[in-house]
Amino acid sequence: MIPNSPSQPAQAAALQLDADGNLKHFLTLDGLDRALLTDILDRAEGFLGVAQQAVKKVPLCRGKIIANLFFETSTRTRTTFELAAKRLSADVLNLNISTSATAKGETLLDTLRNLEAMHVDMFVVRHADSGAAHFIATHAAPSVAVINAGDGCYAHPTQAMLDMFTIRAHKGGFAGLTVAIIGDILHSRVARSQITALNTLGVAEVRVIGPSTLIPARAQQALGVRVFHDLRAGLRGVDVIILLRLQHERMTGGFLPSEHEYFHLFGLTEKRLSLAAPDVIVMHPGPINRGVEMDSSVADGERSVILEQVSNGLAVRMAVMSMCISTQNLWLRAAGETAPAEAADA
Amino acid sequence: MPDSPAVSIRGGRVIDPAAGLDEVTDLHLADGAIAGLGPPPADFEPQRIIDATGLVVCPGLVDLSARLRQPGCEHKATVASETRAAAAAGITTLCCPPDTLPPVDTPAVAQLIRQLAEERGHARVLPAGALTRGLDGEQISEMAALKLAGCPVMSNADRPVRDTRVLRRALEYASTYGLCTFLHPADAYLSEGGLVHEGRMATQLGLPGIPEAAEVLGVARDLALAEQTGARVHFRGLSTGRATAMLAEARSRRLPVSADVAAHQLWLTEDALAGFNADARLIPPLRTAADRDALRAAVAAGEITAICSDHQPHEPDAKLNPFPQTAPGMSALETLLPLVLGLVREGVLDLCDALACITCHPAAILDRPVGRLQVGAVADVCVFDPEARWVVGDDTLVSRGRNTPLRGAEMTGRVRFTLFAGQVVFDAAAV
Repeated sequence: MIPNSPSQPAQAAALQLDADGNLKHFLTLDGLDRALLTDILDRAEGFLGVAQQAVKKVPLCRGKIIANLFFETSTRTRTTFELAAKRLSADVLNLNISTSATAKGETLLDTLRNLEAMHVDMFVVRHADSGAAHFIATHAAPSVAVINAGDGCYAHPTQAMLDMFTIRAHKGGFAGLTVAIIGDILHSRVARSQITALNTLGVAEVRVIGPSTLIPARAQQALGVRVFHDLRAGLRGVDVIILLRLQHERMTGGFLPSEHEYFHLFGLTEKRLSLAAPDVIVMHPGPINRGVEMDSSVADGERSVILEQVSNGLAVRMAVMSMCISTQNLWLRAAGETAPAEAADA
Repeated sequence: MPDSPAVSIRGGRVIDPAAGLDEVTDLHLADGAIAGLGPPPADFEPQRIIDATGLVVCPGLVDLSARLRQPGCEHKATVASETRAAAAAGITTLCCPPDTLPPVDTPAVAQLIRQLAEERGHARVLPAGALTRGLDGEQISEMAALKLAGCPVMSNADRPVRDTRVLRRALEYASTYGLCTFLHPADAYLSEGGLVHEGRMATQLGLPGIPEAAEVLGVARDLALAEQTGARVHFRGLSTGRATAMLAEARSRRLPVSADVAAHQLWLTEDALAGFNADARLIPPLRTAADRDALRAAVAAGEITAICSDHQPHEPDAKLNPFPQTAPGMSALETLLPLVLGLVREGVLDLCDALACITCHPAAILDRPVGRLQVGAVADVCVFDPEARWVVGDDTLVSRGRNTPLRGAEMTGRVRFTLFAGQVVFDAAAV
């Protein structure tokens, strides 16, 4: 009598892809297949060269207006999105909404309608609520693309893809890899997206390591991970270590007794690093709390690829933005509207 | 109210669960009461004859929890709009929780709601009185006065009373006046901040969870207080299998406790949240398939005796926000009967027992002489087509609230006539 609801990946796929499987929005990695994720990584590789050119711009998004809608403040992520948009020759609008409209009682939908009236072509959204990017994509005009720059504890797909880019650059691929993610999985949108990406790209095993208070309910079944509460056991033989930022609120919220005890049990030191595979790489989405998540010597050590992650972020964001804009141009042409002439593929 | 016409409902399958009656016969109504079953009483001259061939004739349904939103939230719904929807759903008696604005903590508010309902004459509305003043969980309310104003039960709506000592006194005070207390079992500390069931979907969607233990602790505490005080306690809206086991244990010891479940909890699970579906955001939350099955088993075993709609209509804007900012609750009056009939098709209950869960059993919990078809009883009657199919949507719902995760689902079973105190208040053919 009551039909089963389509699963989260199925619904996310329907929302993000057009009828031909092209990327319309980039909200989450749920529902995106390995071929598409690999395509994103390949395109990002192409864009990596742009930074080295004398003229650091390609015309893929010329004539487009991209609005950065940041309902939650973030300088770093916003800056890389802004830079990515500018390198794609788009016009960029930065809106720090937390201090303007919603403070005056305007609903998110009202804000959205106002921006649509300004003929914005793409929204890059960061919001404190899980599901905000889904909501905006569901209610935005069909000609508008939405990119999730982090929503609540749900997803941060561009961050995850730049991490995949870094892993592929070092490991050549994903088959057979064991990846450990350490820290606050419960509140981490980055971890959720990374886990989805790693499983889709076909790693051998994803491990999450942390105290029970920071591991979400039924993590093994819900996310497809192996759960460890002992750092040493979890690190044994891993090829990639991803550390998550530990928010200070976790202490005041009663999830942890102290930063000191956390570092004592879950902080990455040189000695613990030696349990992992000899060619292990250490990653962190930043900013790092030195002496909480890891020792400075590890952060700055030879296994660390943390700074590379930052430069790869630009290329991945350019890839995703250009893919969504290219799908948008297909749609506009099909709808009989004028779209800019297709620029040469990067 | 105008005089009730004499009505004969002919040839229907008449089911009166309170009397164990289930036969094809005629039902006669006069002066707002049941005048006879089978052959008409002497000198009976029906002014209207309803042909119920192929239809089921049962007592008007009794719903233990339906929010009407008035006073205070008329932008969501009104007593008029929702009692009209109740009539379309076959519901003739409903109990509304006290969390209006202002809450039902004074006789004036209780009388206002009853008066609004009586003016419309679509259904009998029994407001639950606030257990504590302002529903603040601190100061017990003037329950004796609320009872006089027509409140059949006391309730703190879905706001848990944090202070166990206050709850103990409230239960004792309510029992002084023979009042049953409706409790939504939930540990305030564990449920605070939670949006959905703490489980697979919460983890996938990155949403804060309400653990099963929140309800289990609530039931444990409330059962201990019920036992201590001897007060009559009714658990409103169980959602976990674990809670049903505790309920069964308490009932086996003859504690005066009862429980209901919202009809949708017997069908939907946390899976309905996929895609951040705000219409599936409910309190208590939709839980796992194992919980749903345990709730069905508890209904089948007669541990949970009543099934209610837990109707919570909202204006469209209340669900048009990112998930965490949406309001919980679903519009559910009109899906109550078809969801209960679905349990019959799935072999959970036979038709008579299923109808008991929405007629005489909830009537007994409210301690009101409704929900039955005995001669002399008030003529509240529901006539429905058990095979009629319809699809839940804007064009089929009468309630002002269109917020339902069942949108688009095909229901089987539809009300054809509703008679309230002898008056035809809904006639599907006239809509």
